[in-house]
Amino acid sequence: MASALINVPGKARRGDVIEIKTLMSHIMETGYRHTAAGQVVPRDIITSFTCRYNGVEIFRADLFPAIAANPFLTFFTVARESGKFDFEWIGDNGFSETASAMISVE
Amino acid sequence: MRKSEASTRRRFLGLAASAAAIGGVPIVGVRPAAATPDTMAAAIRNVVGTATVRTGKVKLDVPPLVENGNTVPMTVSVASPMTPDDYVKSIHVFNEKNPQPNIGNFYLGPQAGRAQVSTRIRLADSQKIIAIARLSDDSLWSVSADVVVTLAACTEDVI
Repeated sequence: MASALINVPGKARRGDVIEIKTLMSHIMETGYRHTAAGQVVPRDIITSFTCRYNGVEIFRADLFPAIAANPFLTFFTVARESGKFDFEWIGDNGFSETASAMISVE
Repeated sequence: MRKSEASTRRRFLGLAASAAAIGGVPIVGVRPAAATPDTMAAAIRNVVGTATVRTGKVKLDVPPLVENGNTVPMTVSVASPMTPDDYVKSIHVFNEKNPQPNIGNFYLGPQAGRAQVSTRIRLADSQKIIAIARLSDDSLWSVSADVVVTLAACTEDVI
């Protein structure tokens, strides 16, 4: 089953720029590969990733087959207030996963 | 002047929407030819419309020589103060020779603090990668990088 790895600092000072790292385990099948019998392996990728900070969208990405398996994304945000980061991955064949992380801002 | 601006914007949004719709349909059954510099140019046009793209401000970090095209670390950063008045709206990355010209679209905002995104990508061949950033004033900036790939990704057959 799919699983996520999230790296968010647990604590930060207000106004700090923090780095958020996310990894979702997923095959990211491109749809351009063939089996030995010559059949195309159907595409199965994550198409969209969203990160929300206390409900407000702070980062979004459209992914394509050119993103490597187990999509790894690193981005930044300003630590404004204590709260929760919600992460959401959506993909082909009804793929949908969520994860969250807490941060306390002083 | 206003009117023509609005219609350009509408046309661009329409183009972007149709591009997104096409992108959502998986292409199966046909092995498409590799993307060409022309299809990359078309994909870039879909994103930037008729606006001019200037070179600069954007930094694209990819290794110049990679052994395995299946996972290539890539970092895109943009020189921007990331204030509410001057920030990066989005970063778009394209390639020349993968089956599809798009690599990823990343949407940021002034709350990002730093305009930098990292991920790992696939490269089917030695080729040029282009990153384009859209700033809050809708100006577009780009940079390109050449990568030599010894083992290709994406199209190799399943055993």
